[in-house]
Amino acid sequence: MRKVYLDNNATTRMREEVFDAMLPFCKDVYGNASSIHQFGRPARVAVDKARQLVAGLLGASSPEEIIFTSGGTESDNFAIKGVAHALAGKGNHIITSAIEHSAVLNASRALEKDGYKVTYLPVDGYGFINLDDLKSAITDKTVLISIMYANNEVGTIEPIREIGAIAKERGIYFHTDAVQAVGKAVFAVKGLPVDLVSMSAHKIYGPKGVGAIYIKKGTRIDAIMHGGHHEMNKRAGTENVPGLIGLGKAAELSGKEAPEEIVRLRKMRDYLCKGIASKIAHTRINGDPDRTLPNTANIGFKYLEGESIMLNLDMEGIAVSTGSACTSGTLEPSHVLTAMGIDAADAQGSIRFSLGRDNTKEDMDYVLEILPPIIQRLRDMSPLYEK
Amino acid sequence: MDGQYSEKVMEHFRNPRNVGEIADADGIGNVGNPVCGDIMRLYIKVDPANEVITDAKFKTFGCGAAIATSSMVTELVKGKTIQEALKVSNHAVAEALGGLPKVKMHCSILAEQALTGAINDYLKKHGKPIIDKKFKDGHEPR
Repeated sequence: MRKVYLDNNATTRMREEVFDAMLPFCKDVYGNASSIHQFGRPARVAVDKARQLVAGLLGASSPEEIIFTSGGTESDNFAIKGVAHALAGKGNHIITSAIEHSAVLNASRALEKDGYKVTYLPVDGYGFINLDDLKSAITDKTVLISIMYANNEVGTIEPIREIGAIAKERGIYFHTDAVQAVGKAVFAVKGLPVDLVSMSAHKIYGPKGVGAIYIKKGTRIDAIMHGGHHEMNKRAGTENVPGLIGLGKAAELSGKEAPEEIVRLRKMRDYLCKGIASKIAHTRINGDPDRTLPNTANIGFKYLEGESIMLNLDMEGIAVSTGSACTSGTLEPSHVLTAMGIDAADAQGSIRFSLGRDNTKEDMDYVLEILPPIIQRLRDMSPLYEK
Repeated sequence: MDGQYSEKVMEHFRNPRNVGEIADADGIGNVGNPVCGDIMRLYIKVDPANEVITDAKFKTFGCGAAIATSSMVTELVKGKTIQEALKVSNHAVAEALGGLPKVKMHCSILAEQALTGAINDYLKKHGKPIIDKKFKDGHEPR
């Protein structure tokens, strides 16, 4: 059976080049990167090089602005809690949005328990925050604004430049969770008014369990992981050397290939969306059709529930994810779609197709062949569907 | 493993039994709401002479478990009298499917509610007292 993986926003397949780059550091180069003897030195050299590669991909002005972490979740936690703690003397208010990844939302909720105040900005029907809402949410106590670069479920790209300008004007730090944007949106912190940026390796064909955070020089932030003097005293713990080498390689390749790959992904995604719209009635695209990630299509199939579509596609070798959080153990529709004002029934019937570098136009044709009869069969079973 | 569907659930999901409507149904049960992600409509045909359920069909909006439990409950009650059918619990439906993931147990409750709703609809139409069942973690009948 043909296998088509269209869940690249969840994770990606590690590239061969990345695996090859990591392998020596799993076996032969096993020294601790903090050891100055002959076993440790090559590990240190490799880690420093990986830091340069990530700095290059993000457009940082110096490798010292890159701190390695265990992934996007840790980077988000570090940015939010680290800044909040460092600036506790200045204020206790944070602004974020209703559609953030749960790493940002739950880190913010954790701070609320400690007495911090958090504003969760609403979004419009396309998933954009409103800049006037942001301006009026700012108080003298606001110490951090955290708004994602691009949404993981619907792909909407937030007005980062404008948000950053507002933050800068008011002297407030701005963090953006760019886990989904890196490698998929033209991205460079140089010239962008951001102070902190989260990223993850496994979304750009690197290994799982490793990521990074860009922290602009001079930004006040407290460590949240305490221990040794690793990562310039910002993040303790023996370096995950093979992982960091993998991240470095993935970053290097992403930087080289992303500009062309973005064009290819967008073309393929648009072809899929057009095909679905022409072959299946009662569908809608969730999110903004233009200011969106090039690889993401979140499509609502009216009268249906997402998991039943997802499972049927899975039986035909196609992997997608549901817009609803049903599979993750809660029964509520997606917090992102709900925040966008999409009604519960429509939110339940939403599917996310997220394309990646392994996908081809033939994959899209396969989906367009398999999907319509599945939708029809499920609609025939649905009490909400009237022909 | 918790969170995964059993073979039997997947089999009923792939090939659901008794999908559809009964035009001249003797009882219809409607439960669920789209916020929770499932709506079940269960139709039964009852022989008034012996109160045996001669046919059962369903239409369901919902996840894999919702479709599988709908399919299974219709299978379990066909040929039973309404008194026997009322004893078909959500646990019996889940068990017949080889178990359900914990977060999907509410689907089996939904199936029992839809069945009770259909039987009560029949009883009401025949001027008989309806059955007052209490459900935990279920949905209000619609």
